[in-house]
Amino acid sequence: MTTVEAAATEVPLRINGRQHVVVLEPRVSLLDALREHLDLTGSKKGCDQGTCGSCTVWIDGRRVLACLTLAAAASGHDIVTIEGLADGDQLHPMQRAFIEYDAFQCGYCTSGQIMSAIKVIEEGNAATDEDISEFMSGNICRCAAYPNIRAAIRHVRDEAGGRP
Amino acid sequence: MSAVGTPVTRVDGPAKVTGAAKYSAEIGLPGMTYLAVVGATIASGRVTAIDAEAARAAEGVLAVLTPEDLPKIAAEPHLLPSLVGGPAPGESFFPMQDDVVQYAGQPVALVVAEEYEQAQHAASLVRISYQPTKSITTIDEGRDQAYEAERLFGGLMPARSERGDVEAGLAAADVRVEVAYKMAANHHNPIEAPSTVATWDGGNLTLYESTQGIRATQQTVALLLGLPIARVRVITRFVGGGFGAKAMVWPNVTLTAMASRYVGRPVKLMLTRPQMFTSNGHREEQEQRIAIGATRDGQLTAIRHEKLSITSPFDDWAEPATGVSSQLYGCENYLGIHRLIKGNTMTPTFTRGPGESLGVFTLETAMDELASHLAIDPVELRLRNHTPVDPFGHPWSSDGLVECLRLGAERFGWSDRNPAPRTTRDGEWLIGTGVAAAAYPIAFFMPPQRARARIFADGSAIVQTSTQEFGTGVLTMATQVGADALGVALRDMEFQAGDSDLPNSTAAVGSAGAGMVSSAVHAAGTALREQLIALAVGDEQSALHGAAPASVKVADGHLTSAERPGAVDTYRELLSRNHMSDAEALGTWRPPPLDTPHGLLTFGAQFAEVAVDPELGLVRVRRLNGAFAPGRVLNPLLAHSQLMGGMLWGMSQALLEGNHMDPRYGRWAETNLAEYLVPVNADAPEVRVDFVDVDDELVGPLGAKGVGEIGQVGVAAAIANAVFHATGRRIRSLPMAPELVMDPAADGQ
Repeated sequence: MTTVEAAATEVPLRINGRQHVVVLEPRVSLLDALREHLDLTGSKKGCDQGTCGSCTVWIDGRRVLACLTLAAAASGHDIVTIEGLADGDQLHPMQRAFIEYDAFQCGYCTSGQIMSAIKVIEEGNAATDEDISEFMSGNICRCAAYPNIRAAIRHVRDEAGGRP
Repeated sequence: MSAVGTPVTRVDGPAKVTGAAKYSAEIGLPGMTYLAVVGATIASGRVTAIDAEAARAAEGVLAVLTPEDLPKIAAEPHLLPSLVGGPAPGESFFPMQDDVVQYAGQPVALVVAEEYEQAQHAASLVRISYQPTKSITTIDEGRDQAYEAERLFGGLMPARSERGDVEAGLAAADVRVEVAYKMAANHHNPIEAPSTVATWDGGNLTLYESTQGIRATQQTVALLLGLPIARVRVITRFVGGGFGAKAMVWPNVTLTAMASRYVGRPVKLMLTRPQMFTSNGHREEQEQRIAIGATRDGQLTAIRHEKLSITSPFDDWAEPATGVSSQLYGCENYLGIHRLIKGNTMTPTFTRGPGESLGVFTLETAMDELASHLAIDPVELRLRNHTPVDPFGHPWSSDGLVECLRLGAERFGWSDRNPAPRTTRDGEWLIGTGVAAAAYPIAFFMPPQRARARIFADGSAIVQTSTQEFGTGVLTMATQVGADALGVALRDMEFQAGDSDLPNSTAAVGSAGAGMVSSAVHAAGTALREQLIALAVGDEQSALHGAAPASVKVADGHLTSAERPGAVDTYRELLSRNHMSDAEALGTWRPPPLDTPHGLLTFGAQFAEVAVDPELGLVRVRRLNGAFAPGRVLNPLLAHSQLMGGMLWGMSQALLEGNHMDPRYGRWAETNLAEYLVPVNADAPEVRVDFVDVDDELVGPLGAKGVGEIGQVGVAAAIANAVFHATGRRIRSLPMAPELVMDPAADGQ
C-alpha cells in the first residue's frame, strides 16, 4: 500500500472582507478551513455530504455548500459567512427576524438557513410561501422550525418592499 | 409583572443568529488532535486481524489504537435511563475490549492524527480481517426466537401491564377491532453530530460534550475509566439538537477520553453522518397489534396491546408502548405485553415521543376503525371513553383531554366533515381529515434537583444549574423563572448552565427538562428572596424593619410591605448597607414520590387534513392543528415552537422516516440524509397550536408538565386516519410510503 501525501501550502482566502492566509493540504474543504483553521465556526458541519445545507456560505454573492467546496478552489473569490452579516452589534434584518419569529430552536442549522434566506429574497424566489418553501428546501431544520422560518423571510421581504 | 408566561425571545438568540454560539466540536484548544473511529463492517463474528501498518505510517498519524492498545474499562456498563440521575450508558456493552463483533459499525479501531483529514484518511487505511457468523438484524429473521420481556429500561419498568380479564372482555364485546402494524426503525439525526473534545490535566479530565445530560456523561465516563466523579468535568455550551440521540452516554465519549490520555493531547471527535446510524441508538424496528372490544354505544370493554421489537444482544430494551393505551380511556380489562428478539444491533434508545408515540398510533388508529364500525363520530367516541381517573382510581394531577378535543375540533372546523370516506376531492387529489387523542406519561424517576441563586451588590443576579441548552429554550425559560422567584427584572437576571460543576440537575429527557429546571430554579430564587427579606426586616436601617416577612413583596429588586405603605427598600441598598458584596442560596426541588396517588399524563388532541394522489401514492399534509394541556406555559413563544416541531416530527413519522436492515450484511440500508428522509421546508404545512389551561399543583411549584414530547404524539394517527378518510384504505406500515399508498395489493387489502 502506498499513499501519496500532498504537501500543505499557503492558501489565501478573502473572508468577510478580510484577507487570510492559511496553510492547508489540498484536500481540506472550505468548511474545515473555516472551522478548524480560522476559528470561524459559525458555518456548521451537519453532514459533510452536501445534503443538509448547514454549511451554506456565499461565494461571489451566490450561496454554496462549504463542505463540497475545496478551500483552495475558493481562493481568489469573495467568501461571506454568517460572521460577516452583522455590522458590529447591528444585526442584519434577517438575523433580527429569525429571533423575532423564533425561527430556530437548537440553532445548529440557523447560520445556513439565514445565509440561504437572504439569497432566496435576492434571487427573487420569495414571492409566495410555496416559492419560499421550495427554495429553502436545501436547508434541513431537524427541530422543524419551518413555518417560523417562512414567517421570518416573509417579514424581511415585506419590510424591504420586495427589494433585497 | 411576571416574566413567566410572557413570549420573551430566546436569550441565546443573538449568539445563534450570528454564529457566535459555540457547540462542542467548536472548542479550540492548543495542541488539538483529531480522532477517527473505524467501525466493524460485519454485524456478527470476530476480528481475526488488524493491519494498521499503512495507517501508522501515514502522515500526521499519532496513534492507531486496537483492542490490544486500548486499556480495559474499570467497570461493566449497565444500561439505566439518564433520567434516574446516575451513570447512564446507552448499552450494557463497551467495544474494543476483545475481538467480538456484536453489531455493524461497532468501533474496532481508533486513529488519532494531527489534522482531521489525516485521521480520516488513515482510518481508511486500517485493514480489518473478520470471521463473520450468521447475524439477526430484522424481526423476520428472529421471529421464532421472540420472548416476553420481564422488565424494560434496565429493569426500571415491568414489561407487562394487566388488569381484569381481557379475553372475557373481548368475548363480551358487541364489536371488536383487531389491527396490526409494521413500523420501520427511526434514526434521530440531529443536525449536529455527537461531538466530544477531551483533554486531561494530570488526573483531571475535561469533556466538551454534545449531550442532553452533562451529569449523566460525567458519571458514566468516571465509572468506565475508574475515576472519582469529582475528577471529571463536562462542559456543554450549546447542543445542536438531541431528540434522544444524546439522552444516553454512548461509547464514543469514553473512547475519546481514552484516546486523549493515550496521546497526551486534547482530542476531538465529531462522528460522521453515516456513523450516526450506528453510534447513538435508534428507535427499534417493531410490530404492534391491538384488539379492542366495545359495546354498541362505543364503551370500551377490553384492550389487548402487544409490541414485538428487536433489541441488542445485551439489553432487554424496548421503548415502552403501553403506558398510554393502558390509561387513556376508561376500560376494565387490559393487557399490554412487550416481546423482544435479540439481534445484532446496538441497543435501541429513546427517540422523540419515546415508545408511546407508536403505542398511541396503534390505539388511536384502532379507535378510528371502531368509530367507523359503530358510525359514531371519532371525536365523540373519544369523549365517551374519557376517564377522570387512572386505572388505580387516582385522579389525574391535571386533565384537559375533553377540552383539547373540543377546542381542537372547533378550531379545525371538524363539524363540517362528511364522515364517509373517499367523498371529497380537490381536482386529482383525494381530501381527508383525521383526529387522534394525544397523551404522554410524566415520570418522576429523577433525584432531587438543585440550583443556586446569587445576587451581587449592584443588583444583578444569576441562577445556575447543570442543565444544557439543546433547543428546548431552557436558558430563556429559566431566566424568566429565576427573575420572578427572586423578584428582579428580567434584564437583571442571567441563567447559567452547561457545566457539571454547577448544582445537580438531571438529563433533560422525556419532557422532564422544563419541570425539573423550573422547579429547581424557582426553589433557589425563592430561597434567596426569603433570605434577603429576613435580612431586611431584621435590619434597623431598613424601611421595612420589623415587618412580617410574609407581608414583604419584591419586584424589580424593590421590597415593599402591605404593613408599611410607601416604605421601600431595594436589594442593592440592603446589600450595600450590610457590607455584603453578594448573597446566595441553594434551592432544592424534590419530585413527588413514585407512588403518588395521582394519574400522570399530559393530554392533547391532534387534527390533520391530507391530500392524497391515488395514482402516485403521494400524501401531502395540508393542515395540522394541535390543542394541548401542558400545565403552566412558561413561555408561549418557545412552547409553541416545541409543540410545532413535535407535530412536524409526527408528520415525518407517519410519512417519511424509516430505516431498513439489509439482512444479507446486517447493515442499515439508509445511512445519510439523502436516503433517510426527514422533512424539508416544502414538506411542512402551516401548523396551528392551541393551549388549554389546566392547573397542576402536583408536578412542581410552577405546574409545568412539559412540551417536548406531547406535540409529536398522536399526529401520525391523525394523519393515518385522514388518509383512510381520503382513500377508504388503511395503510398497515409506517412510514406510509408512496408505494404503499399507491398500490392496494402492497398491504394485503
